[in-house]
Amino acid sequence: MSPLSLGTLGRHAKVTALSSDRLTHLRRLEAESIHIIREVAAEFRNPVMLYSIGKDSSVMLHLAMKAFYPSKPPFPLLHVDTTWKFREMIRFRDETARRLGLDLIVHTNQEGVAQGITPFTHGSSAYTNVMKTDALKAALTKYGFDAAFGGARRDEEKSRAKERIFSFRTETHAWDPKNQRPELWRLYNARVKPGESIRVFPLSNWTELDIWQYILAEDIPIVPLYFADYRPVVERDGMLIMVDDDRIPLKPGETPEQKLIRFRTLGCYPLTAAVESPATTLPEIVREMLLARTSERAGRLIDHDDSASMEKKKREGYF
Amino acid sequence: MDALATLDVEAFTDYLARHERKSLLRFLTCGSVDDGKSTLIGRLLYDTKLLFEDQLKSLERDSRKHGTVGEDIDFALLVDGLEAEREQGITIDVAYRFFATDRRKFIVADTPGHEQYTRNMATGASSSDLAVILVDARHGILTQTRRHSFIVSLLGIRHVVLAVNKIDLVDYSREVFDRIVAEYREFAAGFGFTTFQPIPLSARFGDNVLDRGPKLGWYEGPTLVEHLETVNVEDDLLGRPFRLPVQWVNRPNLDFRGFAGTIATGRIRPGDRIAVAKSGRTSTVRAIVTYDGDKDEAVAGEAVTLTLNDEIDISRGDVLTSAESRPEVSDQFAAHLIWMSDDQLLPGRQYSIKLGTKTVSGQVTEIKHKIDVNSFQKLAAKTLSLNEVAQVNVALSEPIAFDAYADNKDTGAFIVIDRLSNLTVGAGMVDFGLRRASNIHWQALDVTKESRASMKGQKAAIVWFTGLSGSGKSTIANLVEKKLHSLGRHTYILDGDNVRHGLNKDLGFTDADRVENIRRVAETAKLFVDAGLIVLVSFISPFRSERRLARDLVGEGEFIEVFVDTPLEVAESRDPKGLYKKAREGKIANFTGISSPYEVPENPEIRLDTTSASAEEMAERIVAYLDSNDYVI
Repeated sequence: MSPLSLGTLGRHAKVTALSSDRLTHLRRLEAESIHIIREVAAEFRNPVMLYSIGKDSSVMLHLAMKAFYPSKPPFPLLHVDTTWKFREMIRFRDETARRLGLDLIVHTNQEGVAQGITPFTHGSSAYTNVMKTDALKAALTKYGFDAAFGGARRDEEKSRAKERIFSFRTETHAWDPKNQRPELWRLYNARVKPGESIRVFPLSNWTELDIWQYILAEDIPIVPLYFADYRPVVERDGMLIMVDDDRIPLKPGETPEQKLIRFRTLGCYPLTAAVESPATTLPEIVREMLLARTSERAGRLIDHDDSASMEKKKREGYF
Repeated sequence: MDALATLDVEAFTDYLARHERKSLLRFLTCGSVDDGKSTLIGRLLYDTKLLFEDQLKSLERDSRKHGTVGEDIDFALLVDGLEAEREQGITIDVAYRFFATDRRKFIVADTPGHEQYTRNMATGASSSDLAVILVDARHGILTQTRRHSFIVSLLGIRHVVLAVNKIDLVDYSREVFDRIVAEYREFAAGFGFTTFQPIPLSARFGDNVLDRGPKLGWYEGPTLVEHLETVNVEDDLLGRPFRLPVQWVNRPNLDFRGFAGTIATGRIRPGDRIAVAKSGRTSTVRAIVTYDGDKDEAVAGEAVTLTLNDEIDISRGDVLTSAESRPEVSDQFAAHLIWMSDDQLLPGRQYSIKLGTKTVSGQVTEIKHKIDVNSFQKLAAKTLSLNEVAQVNVALSEPIAFDAYADNKDTGAFIVIDRLSNLTVGAGMVDFGLRRASNIHWQALDVTKESRASMKGQKAAIVWFTGLSGSGKSTIANLVEKKLHSLGRHTYILDGDNVRHGLNKDLGFTDADRVENIRRVAETAKLFVDAGLIVLVSFISPFRSERRLARDLVGEGEFIEVFVDTPLEVAESRDPKGLYKKAREGKIANFTGISSPYEVPENPEIRLDTTSASAEEMAERIVAYLDSNDYVI
């Protein structure tokens, strides 16, 4: 989101100088997230960090490195691989785990693969259910994780705005929005019975701009797909879809074109729309974002069905 | 927008750097949907240009479907996120919103206003520095305004904006505004607000939200956004004594032992002397370790890792404190408690209590009074229901370090967790610590318990027999009394069945009554102890929490727990009163051992295995215990 009142740019001469003691909003957000991550490590038996390779995951992982320094984070990373992620994402994922020396668990719904479920053959909704939501639930159950970090933010979507930082899940991984535990101060309730779990969202109070500013300030590595480059794309229903490999069935007369594009959000390549952009540096990306008039998730095809679709997905166990 | 587009990259990088230095204000909005709260938040997002095209489109679509303002965009629909809320037009849960201006970034806790959502409001208030309390100019101060202000004050918020909304519907009248403000000032005088800013506004038309209202020329104060941007809510956290609740002990290798946590108050530098609050051990800070390198100083709000110059025992739940100004350490305190569960609070029942990074078991020993959130009246109460607020005494299973909530929110706030359901059922704020002695000894008397007891040649105590029905408690207690009597000692027996016929005949078998039953027996036993007697209490008392309640009432060494350990099948085969048979037939509900659990004592002073000795022999053992421990002189 764009949290600037752009009409008043001329006013910043008057911005009051802050005393050096006072923490800036970014430092306060950072401290809050580190506090949350440490609480999870201290209170849960077997936590895991969901790592989706996107910019939010990069920030979350960076915060985890900070929280336990000079130790390593005392939990593994889990990536639910649908087999349709951009190749550059997978490269970045493996390189990151190697660079930081962290355990990485990659889980794929092999049954779904065997059944030939793809975003092209089964539609985005069924595909997401099987290859993402079901796969995630199966992985959490298989390893017996009692807490799972996710990088979701409250500013992304309306139902997320009401989700707790420690968000309780039943044995079937379901979320009940009307029956959430009260969450006060910094006192998080980490109690679960066997089989139950908590999804933890350390970035709940960050906005998209905060994320980008923090990446800039801390020099956090992100997948190169966020930066503009010439890449092969086809245009479908007004969306630019990158031809990342030859599994995408081209329609008659459709030929991939090289365009200067980048991504504002990353997911499965057939479901993630690119934007045409010349932004090759972080400041350019941030400026572009501030000028943009379309919100982030509009680039994801799964939210379009109706305005309450995310709440439904979340109830069923989607992150 | 043009201004931004024309900035070159260098100027823009500058601009970002300035933006990065903004401060953060967290505030909550309270008011019911009729006051226009959601509309106000929608307006704030709209006026600060936080709506994107796709969101606007979706909003227009929803406005036509569910909207209540005709052709206009219904801003309320923007913020009522959950399906049920959109359908019912109410705000059920706390939602968090984000916006920013050139000066500050804001996190808004958007909380529902109805009385049944008191807990949600308290939740939003717990993380806020300021409250925007909305009133409808047509209705003025209502009961709910008083309630909102009370909760805001209870949660320690010191900065309040009174937003007199819908001023357009009273012709932008200054008289109406002044009257509402005067009335508010009067009842809120005792709430301890440091700043109070009343603002007349119209959320629907945007008057005095971001920009001034053209028809409100008579109002000379700031607009809402101007005030939020500039109000000073710094709470002087840095000026207070250093506190760091330890979250995690960091031990990557044998040479490094760091204590990780968020600094609640104060500041710390290498070389500073610190103490561990509970043990009193002291050391000095060697380094403030962070991922970005060691720091010369860290302040309240920062998440850091400290290393010390001495090897002292510190673990999660300990509080590192300034050596000069330490928190209280006690196992009892007085507190304000907000109840958040459909299941009532039962004094005497054990709950988990999380304060800072420490979780212990504990109980409410006494409800001093509950407070009507609407009238602020103090009322007597035996239990607390959902959304009720009370002043209570809390007793914990072990001493912990804490401060008064008014001095330190991080070390003075706690949550109450139900041990069976794991739900968060209450939220509390410590008022002050209590010491056991001051709690028991409420009136100094010349003739004391000790003098009464010594005249009888004994030390007064409760001998508490617990065990299954039919285990032999009463039989053994009777034999013990006979033996003590023949030795010339002064005793009295309180038996479960007998007490039920008299003192407790008004009580049934609900959870609340059971706890009250035990409480009365324990209090009576305590009075007999005070009279210098050896009191023999024979009571199934299946729950540890109940026995704990009795133990806590009397002094150290005055409670002797005797576990009459008879296996269920043996007790059932005896069945002296035919109760097991009835229970097996389903004629008695909640029968201990059959349909209700018996929690075995963990550390009884005496355990009697009734399958290996006669009642006579066991009574003898108890008398021997009393003798060798100087209860019988």
